[in-house]
Amino acid sequence: MNRFAELLDRLAYEPSRDNKSRLIIDYFRTAADPDRGFALAAMTGELTFAHAKPALVRALIAERVDPVLFAMSYDYVGDLSETVALMWPHPETSPDANPLGLGAIVETLHKTRKIDLPAQLSIWLDALDETGRWALLKLITGALRIGVSARLAKNAVAEFGNMPANEVEEVWHGLQPPYLDLFAWVEGRSDRPRTTDPAPFHTPMLAHAIDDVDFLGLDPRDFRAEWKWDGVRVQAVTGLDEHGQRVTRLYSRTGEDVSTAFPDMVDALAGAEFDNVTIDGELLVVRDGLVQPFSVLQQRLNRKTVSAKLIAEYPLHIRAYDLLMENGEDLRPLSFDERRPRLEALLARYRGGRIDLSPLVAFDSWQSLAAARASPENAGAGLDADAIEGVMLKRRDSIYIGGRPKGPWWKWKRDPFNIDAVLMYAQRGHGKRSSFYSDFTFGVWRENDGTDELVPVGKAYFGFTDAELLLLDRWVRNHTVSRFGPVREVNANKDEGLVLEIAFEGLNQSTRHKSGVAMRFPRIARIRWDKPARDADRLESLRKLLRN
Amino acid sequence: MAAHDILTQTPAGLYCQAGDFYIDPVRASPRALITHGHADHARSGHGAVMATRETLAIMELRYGADFTTTRQMATYGEKVRIGEAQVSFHPAGHVLGSAQILIELAGYRIVVSGDYKRGHDPTCTPFEVLRCDAFISEATFGLPVFRHPDARHEVGRLLDSCRAFPDRAHLVGAYSLGKAQRMLALIREAGWQRPIWLHGAMEKITELYRAEGVALGETRKIVGKERAKLGGEIVICPPSATRDLWARGFSDPVVAFASGWMRIRARARQGGVQLPLVISDHADWDELCATILDTRCQEVWITHGAEDALVHWATQRGLHARPLHLIGYGEEDDTEAEPAA
Ligand SMILES: [Zn+2]
Ligand SMILES: [Zn+2]
Repeated sequence: MNRFAELLDRLAYEPSRDNKSRLIIDYFRTAADPDRGFALAAMTGELTFAHAKPALVRALIAERVDPVLFAMSYDYVGDLSETVALMWPHPETSPDANPLGLGAIVETLHKTRKIDLPAQLSIWLDALDETGRWALLKLITGALRIGVSARLAKNAVAEFGNMPANEVEEVWHGLQPPYLDLFAWVEGRSDRPRTTDPAPFHTPMLAHAIDDVDFLGLDPRDFRAEWKWDGVRVQAVTGLDEHGQRVTRLYSRTGEDVSTAFPDMVDALAGAEFDNVTIDGELLVVRDGLVQPFSVLQQRLNRKTVSAKLIAEYPLHIRAYDLLMENGEDLRPLSFDERRPRLEALLARYRGGRIDLSPLVAFDSWQSLAAARASPENAGAGLDADAIEGVMLKRRDSIYIGGRPKGPWWKWKRDPFNIDAVLMYAQRGHGKRSSFYSDFTFGVWRENDGTDELVPVGKAYFGFTDAELLLLDRWVRNHTVSRFGPVREVNANKDEGLVLEIAFEGLNQSTRHKSGVAMRFPRIARIRWDKPARDADRLESLRKLLRN
Repeated sequence: MAAHDILTQTPAGLYCQAGDFYIDPVRASPRALITHGHADHARSGHGAVMATRETLAIMELRYGADFTTTRQMATYGEKVRIGEAQVSFHPAGHVLGSAQILIELAGYRIVVSGDYKRGHDPTCTPFEVLRCDAFISEATFGLPVFRHPDARHEVGRLLDSCRAFPDRAHLVGAYSLGKAQRMLALIREAGWQRPIWLHGAMEKITELYRAEGVALGETRKIVGKERAKLGGEIVICPPSATRDLWARGFSDPVVAFASGWMRIRARARQGGVQLPLVISDHADWDELCATILDTRCQEVWITHGAEDALVHWATQRGLHARPLHLIGYGEEDDTEAEPAA
C-alpha cells in the first residue's frame, strides 16, 4: 500500500503527462504482482467497493476526535478523505510492522461484509501513515482524482513493454484485474492475451483544435468537412460470439462499455442486423427528425436506471461518420475517401431510422467554410443547427489512426459567446482550492421599478490562472460587504464592482433562475480591472442570445 | 498577580509595564526585546534592542549597523533585571539564536515563546521547556490536521526523487532565514555529498550561519547559464523564486517546497509544487498541545495563527485560554505558501 500511496501522491502533484507516465512506468517496474495490477485497475476506474461510502468514514472519525476540532479542520481542508487522513489519531500500540500490499487490501475489501467494514478499515488506518490513509480513503470512496485517465494508464503499460499504445487498448476488454496475463505479455513472458471479445473496442481517432495560423499551411482541396455535432462520441460494434450469437456493444470514446446506459440504442443496432461492423459516430437525441441540443441529451447521461418513459421521451440516434471494421476487414488503413463510400453503402442498406449518415459540408475555400461554420442553418444543416458546435476537417487521404495525431483531423469550433458581468458573490472552493474564494457568482444589470439592479445569471469556477485566482481571492476579501457561511457578498454597484468577461457555450431558458436564463459552461475569459461596473452588460442583451 | 498585570496588549505589540519594554513590537519602540530574527518579529528603528548575539547579528545583516541605537546582548539562561521585572532568554528551537523570553515578577512566571518548534534541527539550540504560570504560544499550525512528520523522512523523499529523476533539477523553495540552512544541514545528514546550489538571495545569511559554526557542506552560487545543466542537482531558493522567470532557466525542474503548509494538498497544488516537503520551523498541533501541558501553566494566550482551535482544546482541559489576535505576525509563512502573483 505504501508504494501505491506514494505513487498516487506524486501523480496528484505532477502536472505533466509525460512525467506522470514516467512515474507510473517506474511503479510498474518496481511493484510486484498482483499489487501493480490492482493499481492499474484503480487508475482505469475498474475498481469499485460497494459498501465504502463517505458516511462510513465520517462515522469512524466522529468516534475518535473532538467534533469542534473536526469541523474546523474539515472547513479548512475542504476534503473529507484528506481531513480524516491527517487527523486520524496515532494508535496507542504500535501497529503490525508487516506492510500491507494493495492486492491484499483489495481482496480483503471484496470479501468483507458491510457490518465488518468499519472495524477492518480502522485496523488499516491505524497501520498506515498520513499518505497511506489518504490513498486508502480515496481508493475505497472512488474519488482518486489524480489527473490520470484510463488512457494514460493503459498507454503507460504499453510504454513499459515498449509496445505501440493501441496494442494494450485493443486487448483490454478481455482482461480482468489484476491483469497478470497483461503484465506477463508486456514483459515478454507470455503470448498476447487472447481477446475472446467478439465486439472489441478500437481506439478512436481524435482531432486537434485548429488555430488561425494553422490554416496558412493547409489547402482546402485536401480536406473534407463535416459538422461537429454537440453530442457524445460513441463507437458501435457488432460481432458474432462462438455460438454464432450476435453481440452488440456501445463504447464511450475512452473505451468504457456504456451499453447498459443506452439499451434502446443497443437494441436498434442489433435490429439493424449489420454483420461485424465498427461504426464511429455521435450519440444524439432526435425528435421528429430534429437533432436536439446537448442540454436535452444530458437527461440521458449519468442515469442509474433507464425507465421506459425516459427512453420514449429522449429517443436516441447515432449520426455516423466513419467505418472502422466491416465483416472482419480492417478499414483503418484505407483513406478517408475510401472509407466514406463503404460507410455510405452500409447505411444505404439500413432501413431503421435510428442511424444515419453525418453529411459532408460543401466548401471551396476557407472563407466559404467559415461562413458555413458561422451559420450552419444556411449551409445545409437547417433546423439541426442548434446541435452543431462547429466543423470538423478531415484530410481526404487520412488513414484512421487511434489517438490524436497532429495534422490529419482538425476541429474548428464556433466562437463562444461573451458578456461582461459584475461579480456579486464568492464562495470558497473545495479540494485543492479550499483556502481560496474560487467559485464566483456574477450578474448583469436590469431595470426594476425604475432603478437598475444586478441579477445573478451564472456561476464560474474556472478560466483563470493561479495568479489571477490569487488576485480575485484578495479582491473578494478586501471588498466583502457581508458573509453567510462560506459565501461572501462583495461590493457590486454602479460605482464599485469587479467586471468579469464571461465566455459561455450557449444559453437556455430557465425557470429555476431569477434571471430566466441559464448559461452553458460559463468561464471567466478575462478580468476587466479596467471596466467600470456601470458599463457591464444588461439582461436584455443576454436574452437576445436565447436560442428558441 | 495575574498575567495581564505583567503584560498588556497594545497596538505596537505586547508591553511589560514593570520593565517598560515591548516584546517583538511591530512599531518603532523605545525599548524592544526580540525573540528571533524573522522580519515580522525583528523590525528596525527601535531605541534599544535586547536579543541574543545571533539575533543581533541577523538584524544587522538585514537592516545595517544602525538598526537601533543601543544593543544589549542576551545569553541563554542568564537573568537580567529590567525595571521591576526579571528577564531571561531561553532556546526556542525555531531558528539560529531564537529565544523564548521568561519574565518573572513577584514570583509569577510568564513565558513569551515567540516562534518555536520541538522537532530535529541541527542548526539551532533545541527548545527548552520552562515551567511557568502563563504561557504565550504561537498557533501558526494550530489545527489538528497539521502534524509534521520527521524532517529526515521528508528529506529522504527529496533524495529519492533526485534518484528517480536524475535529469531534472530539484528546486527546493525554503524561507531564506532558517529553513534554507536547516535543509542544507538535513540533506548533509542524509548523506548527500554533492555541492548544493544556492539562489543568490540566501547567500549572505547562509554565510552568517557558517560563521556561527553550523556545518552545511559545500554550497555554490548559481550563475545564469548553468541553470540548464543542473539535472539531478539540488537547488535551494526562496519560495517565490520557484514561480519566477528565474526558474524557467532550468529544464523541466521538479519544484519542491519545504513548509508546514505542504501538509495540505490544496496549498501545495495552488503553489504549483510537485514535491511538497512537510518540514516546518513551527510547532505542529501535537507539539503545541504537548508544550502547553509541559509548561504546567494555568493560563495560555494564543497569538498568530489558528487561535480558535487551540483555545478550544485548552479550554476543554481546564486551562484559562484566550486568543490575542495580534496583527502583523506570521507573514513569513503566509506569503511563502501563496503562488507568486
Ligand atoms: Zn519566525
Ligand atoms: Zn512568527
